Amino acid sequence: MSFPWAKQYQPTSAVGKWMDERLPLPRFIFGALGPGYPTPKNLNAFYNFGVLAGVALVIQIITGVVLAMHFAADTRVAFDSVEHIMRDVNGGWMIRYMHAVGASFFFGVVYIHIFRGLYYGSYKPPREMIWMLGLVIFLLMMATAFMGYVLVWGQMSFWGAQVITGLFSAFPVVGSYIQTLLLGGFSPDNATLNRFFSLHYLLPFVIFGVIVLHVWALHIPGSNNPTGIDVKTESDTVPFHPYYTAKDFVGLGIYLIIFSAFVFFMPNSLGEPDNYIPANPLSTPAHIVPEWYFWPFYAILRAFTTDFLGVPAKLWGVLAMFASILLLFLLPWLDQSPVRSNNYRPVSRILFWVFVVVGLLLGVCGGKPAEEPWVRLSQVLTAYYFAHFLIILPIVSKLEKTKPLPGSISEAVLAKYGKVGGAPVAQPAE
Amino acid sequence: MIRLGALAVGLLFVINVLWGAIAPREDASPDMAKQLHKHPKHMEWAHNGPGNLGIFGTFDRGQMQRGFQVYKEVCSACHSINRVAFRDLANLGFSEAQIKAIAAEYEVPAIDANGEPTTRKATPADKFPLVYANEAAARAAQNGANPPDLSLMTKARPDGTNYVYSLLTGYSDDVPKGWTKPDTLYYNPYFHSINIAMPPPLAADGQVTYADGTAATTDQYAKDVAAFLTWTAEPKLENRKETGVAAILFLIILTGLGYLSYRKVWADLKKPA
Repeated sequence: MSFPWAKQYQPTSAVGKWMDERLPLPRFIFGALGPGYPTPKNLNAFYNFGVLAGVALVIQIITGVVLAMHFAADTRVAFDSVEHIMRDVNGGWMIRYMHAVGASFFFGVVYIHIFRGLYYGSYKPPREMIWMLGLVIFLLMMATAFMGYVLVWGQMSFWGAQVITGLFSAFPVVGSYIQTLLLGGFSPDNATLNRFFSLHYLLPFVIFGVIVLHVWALHIPGSNNPTGIDVKTESDTVPFHPYYTAKDFVGLGIYLIIFSAFVFFMPNSLGEPDNYIPANPLSTPAHIVPEWYFWPFYAILRAFTTDFLGVPAKLWGVLAMFASILLLFLLPWLDQSPVRSNNYRPVSRILFWVFVVVGLLLGVCGGKPAEEPWVRLSQVLTAYYFAHFLIILPIVSKLEKTKPLPGSISEAVLAKYGKVGGAPVAQPAE
Repeated sequence: MIRLGALAVGLLFVINVLWGAIAPREDASPDMAKQLHKHPKHMEWAHNGPGNLGIFGTFDRGQMQRGFQVYKEVCSACHSINRVAFRDLANLGFSEAQIKAIAAEYEVPAIDANGEPTTRKATPADKFPLVYANEAAARAAQNGANPPDLSLMTKARPDGTNYVYSLLTGYSDDVPKGWTKPDTLYYNPYFHSINIAMPPPLAADGQVTYADGTAATTDQYAKDVAAFLTWTAEPKLENRKETGVAAILFLIILTGLGYLSYRKVWADLKKPA
């Protein structure tokens, strides 16, 4: 599916024609990422992050496959094998730092991608499936990253595995069975390490599969855009190639420069020093913290400190942590506004930025030890997190008076250039 | 229906967590160890390059060899560097003959012709042997303490290189009032729990004699050994930075060219403005 003016693939060579009749792979790519995919012409830099997330996944898969050639999933030698990669494998230090830093960057890029979707209303009809598939990818990423972190079998790996699988023990009746099933025993041990390695190798390919669905669903209505209004005519769009391939390439270059700065000059700045201590089941680290990308959810988990309605605080924390992500699946139905983009929703726009700040502060709280003032702060922030999506947004989106929308994407582009460059110039007729 | 359900669930979580926020709780007693604990001192390091930025800079070979000497003459009495092989010392400017001689000073476990456990002289391919056969042996010999392997120490502590330097120079006899220090332990505010089992290892100037004429002070020993342990934790540090500078220069040029082609591709669309 595409717009009627989408360019059609025309094989030019005899080989191309031969191939097109047998396996139209070039035709598929032409339509998916090439000149055959008309894309709104007003996409800003934030629309680059989907492609960047894809690149980040590919970097993780390639470096991960190479690391697996030298890694040994056995509690007696796992830590040593990682150090062997760092010291004795040619270029091993680079591959391993790319993989470790790459995980952080993958999350960073995906968070920006998600918040871009939130701001411009990309979850709203007709793109609900894209949004929900994206959340599935996000959940799979969290599972994959957690299990990958355990593989190093350092102190934080071991105790992280203990704490995170311990969350499931909060559920009544079935909880301890789930924990035993996840660990393959009663505490993290060789069975844990082996099953986590197996799943850590499997899940990225599952993620890849869901990304195919995510992009497939994207190609039905086509990309959303900063105005949030639908594409109406051909003049609203440009072919994906060469326009967005050229633009995304610049973004990719900038991304790789920042990524390289971390990999080569501060590779351990995003990690916990404790994980350079081999796992020791007899010595608990003073502060068990997950990697930074889990901090907001860790803060929500720890924010529930009192038993309520006969349910223990620990179970509330676990329920809230899962709910904080699962509620995002309902977002397309919680937001009732007919307008997508927050550029035209003055109240929602303020709420969006408040939510960004709340999310960042929750992250700060999650990285701190469970002491005052961080616990109380994360309780207030957690309250706002739930209130934002479940109470405020549904009401505000219903009552809000939105600003007038531009007639078309082209009109919005011209108005913007008119403001910047003086007198508006009419679009030349084509 | 969805929105009503969401409202109910939302109120449940919000009231619950806010109730937790206002519910009275016991004030945690102030943790004195936390108040006494100091962050590492900030030092300039050759391997951090100009401005201590960590972009350029190489290990100072002279300092590395001095640091190794301090490790060998002082630290190695209790601490191993079991992840480092003798052959790795070539990286610090030791010659093959020197490395062979250093290795030969150490005994490593082996099996003799009859299959009985024995020891033999280490070769450059061996790693620095453990000081104690196992943790129990270490604790038995060290009054209950277990001296950790130092190979990764500078990466296993926040701000590790500065931490090692600060810890080694941070011992003090002035134990603050109200702080209890058992007689078998020593007061060191750079250690996470303040009381440390390790006696001050660098006790006096002149403890190690440097061949290169560098001032033989405890401060200098601490600096040199901290730099040496930075190398044991990250032997590829120089390699990493060189590669990084080349990679980033390449990427800047590539991105610049990419930007020019982006401008060209989009020129016909940007023109109307």
